[in-house]
Amino acid sequence: MPPVDASGRRRPSRAPRTPMPERDPIERARDFEEVALGYSEEQALAEADRCLQCANPTCIAGCPVNIDIKSFIARILERDYAGGVAVIKERNALPAVCGRVCPQEEQCEAACVLARKGEPVAIGRLERFLGDFDLACDLEHRCQPEVGPDSGYKVAVIGSGPAGLACAGELRRFGHAVTVFESLHAPGGVLTYGIPEFRLPKTIVAAEIEALAMMGVELVTDAVIGATYTLDELMGEQGFDAVFIGVGAGLPVFLGVPGENLNGVYSANEFLTRVNLMRAYEFPKADTPVRRGRKVAVVGGGNVAMDAARTAKRLGAEQVFLVYRRSEEEMPARREEVHHAREEGIEFKMLCSPQEIVGKDGWVTGMVVTDMQLGEPDASGRRSPVCVVGSEHTIECDTVIVAVGTRANPLLTKATPGLEVSSRGYVLTDDEGATSLPGVFAGGDIVTGSATVILAMGAGKRAARAIDRYLRERG
Amino acid sequence: MFPIVHKRQLSESVFEMGVEAPQIARKVRAGQFLMLRVAEGGERIPLTFSDWSVEEGWIRFIFMRVGKTTHLLSHMEPGEALADVVGPLGTPTHVEGLGRVAVVGGGVGTAVAYPVARAMLEAGNEVTVIVGARTKDLLILIDEFEEMPLKDLIVVTDDGSAGEKGLVTAPLARLCQAGAIDHAMAIGPAIMMKFCAQTAKEHGVPCMVSLNPIMVDGTGMCGACRVTVGGETKFGCVDGPDFDGHLVDFEELMSRQRVYSDMEREADAEYSKECRCHL
Ligand SMILES: Cc1cc2nc3c(=O)[nH]c(=O)nc-3n(C[C@H](O)[C@H](O)[C@H](O)COP(=O)(O)OP(=O)(O)OC[C@H]3O[C@@H](n4cnc5c(N)ncnc54)[C@H](O)[C@@H]3O)c2cc1C
Ligand SMILES: Cc1cc2nc3c(=O)[nH]c(=O)nc-3n(C[C@H](O)[C@H](O)[C@H](O)COP(=O)(O)OP(=O)(O)OC[C@H]3O[C@@H](n4cnc5c(N)ncnc54)[C@H](O)[C@@H]3O)c2cc1C
Ligand code: SF4
Ligand code: FES
Repeated sequence: MPPVDASGRRRPSRAPRTPMPERDPIERARDFEEVALGYSEEQALAEADRCLQCANPTCIAGCPVNIDIKSFIARILERDYAGGVAVIKERNALPAVCGRVCPQEEQCEAACVLARKGEPVAIGRLERFLGDFDLACDLEHRCQPEVGPDSGYKVAVIGSGPAGLACAGELRRFGHAVTVFESLHAPGGVLTYGIPEFRLPKTIVAAEIEALAMMGVELVTDAVIGATYTLDELMGEQGFDAVFIGVGAGLPVFLGVPGENLNGVYSANEFLTRVNLMRAYEFPKADTPVRRGRKVAVVGGGNVAMDAARTAKRLGAEQVFLVYRRSEEEMPARREEVHHAREEGIEFKMLCSPQEIVGKDGWVTGMVVTDMQLGEPDASGRRSPVCVVGSEHTIECDTVIVAVGTRANPLLTKATPGLEVSSRGYVLTDDEGATSLPGVFAGGDIVTGSATVILAMGAGKRAARAIDRYLRERG
Repeated sequence: MFPIVHKRQLSESVFEMGVEAPQIARKVRAGQFLMLRVAEGGERIPLTFSDWSVEEGWIRFIFMRVGKTTHLLSHMEPGEALADVVGPLGTPTHVEGLGRVAVVGGGVGTAVAYPVARAMLEAGNEVTVIVGARTKDLLILIDEFEEMPLKDLIVVTDDGSAGEKGLVTAPLARLCQAGAIDHAMAIGPAIMMKFCAQTAKEHGVPCMVSLNPIMVDGTGMCGACRVTVGGETKFGCVDGPDFDGHLVDFEELMSRQRVYSDMEREADAEYSKECRCHL
């Protein structure tokens, strides 16, 4: 029990933030096992005890889906972990995923009262603790949302990433029949093919999907909507009353520099898909190969670049360079992951921009880069990098991984007449996710462009509520 | 799971297989392809549809045994099932209003030439088919082509064991020379497509090719299949597989097809070892 003062009030602990137990960087950089081990019960209790249980908890407003953070921490203090899980699951069905990959430092933790003094409550780690507690229970004992009485309506969800999964779960709660269509052979979207095992074990993604199946959500893999079925067919002959589009933004962007099609140049998507989805790190036990570079240059500064760099290291690269054209301050990747990457020996080349990829006999041998300087802030408010004249030099490497972003994949939208998209191909919706087509809703990266897991989930749930209203109003 | 309903060996290393997949069969058009995985843990590989039946709900493809996955596939029998079949993917071949066309199929590319030639006939074009192989035993689908109302069927073998001796480019050049065709389409090994496109170009005849870059997802998500066409980067799986043969950078395509050669040999060697253990 937490200490109480004479008046019977609880006195929060003044201890520093409880560190996350992590595996040794040298050891972990050689395998794909998880890096962060998660809090033990004692550690979770100690950390929860730092929470002030504020009368006006600012943390909640910092969470994109407004999880009642104060209450779930209170449940931990009472050692009512199942109760804590239930609090989170009112808002977020995937605590074990979000507790691992959400950028908490910019969201709830940045908004925590204690952040002003520098050490906010480790909300994300506590969320993970509860998520893992839940997954450690048998399927029957897990916190399952109630499924509403059968509404008689059928909804199709296209894409099984976080947006689609969140939407499907919510729709089932409202009592609608839900079928999720996924073009790959495995569900999960970026959680499965993009984010590596050492940051998000695939068993966790699988367990979350199993839970949805328990609720009665149907999953159809190997179904490319726009090819195997059109949206019209789903709403026509297949009898779906509404559709949610959550196909993500998976089209890789390349640099547009000479030499980009040399052998040894990968998009981060290809590289990570080979390794994560196809398990190429087990080649030749797994059938799909991936090149194990000796010297690897990764271009980009986001989570994707960090994941690619750390994956390349784990495949046995002697040297991995991270090439980013602004400074570390501007890097969009999570601080924690930048820190992990550094610990694992990734070499950062900041203010450095690729000009050309060079090769011999069709294979990459190096990348010509120039140094950059930060100039005036641009439209995005970030200071834009400018080339330093005469600073050209070559980084020797045999593999280049391009991780400079993704765009909307036009496969579905092109095959769907009447669906309005922006000039860059993203689906246009109102605040609730309604598109230009009646009964068709959308959310996640295909609407916003590459964002985060929690924002995609928030969009999926918002759209589920709008779909529910649409169905019931239509009668 | 996708049950196998038909299997036929066409030559020493070429097989035809039919799979129950009614939802895919409804949508296929000539020139499109599928991605399949033989079993859990398997590789995703692309193969072109060679035939399909909307009524009976099956699709067929013809494949050459070249490496581990196609080896595994060649050992599968009706009654068993493939883990995954996805499709139809890619842009259908343009068949309308071409006029007089020569469809050239080389090696296992003949399997792709078959539905393409059929679709071109159905669209009202006059079609000549040129089929080439190294030797007589590797020729496939000759009976099927003979049943089609083709303008002509020209068979070519490298060693002269059947039809003309030589390369497919010789009859193609003749047709071009004679002004007998308005369009050419070449499907086969990259090197053959390169020379067909070159031959057609010399005579000012447009030439389409059906490219076979390495693919992973087949839906535009990974960028593995990128090819340079007219100086621009295109994705083989969604922008193609058909492209204007006069604009394709074939050297790059051939180089990129070799990215995994050494690893493929390794996988195949491991697999053969396992195979022997089971004997
Ligand atoms: C490597 C990497 C690391 C990341 N790290 C983080 C992180 O640490 N924290 C964080 O918050 N965010 C991270 N992100 C971003 C986050 O993963 C995405 O914002 C989020 O997954 C978007 O969810 P979504 O459901 O919109 O799309 P996706 O996750 O992209 O899922 C879309 C699904 O739809 C399927 N699909 C596409 N087209 C069709 C079709 N026509 N028919 C049927 N199915 C289709 C796709 O195969 C896919 O499974 C990362 C992204 C990547 C790539
Ligand atoms: C659009 C398209 C349509 C095709 N249609 C047919 C067809 O109808 N019949 C047929 O026999 N073959 C076809 N192919 C080629 C077929 O995909 C390869 O033969 C097959 O992938 C070989 O796999 P493997 O594991 O047996 O051999 P491996 O030993 O892995 O590879 C042998 C060679 O096949 C090619 N290859 C390997 N993996 C891939 C891959 N994932 N994608 C593309 N090529 C690869 C490479 O050039 C490689 O050197 C097509 C390819 C494409 C891109
Ligand atoms: S703001 Fe921080 S201290 Fe206050 S309730 Fe939220 S987590 Fe606890
Ligand atoms: S195969 Fe992945 S983009 Fe074409």
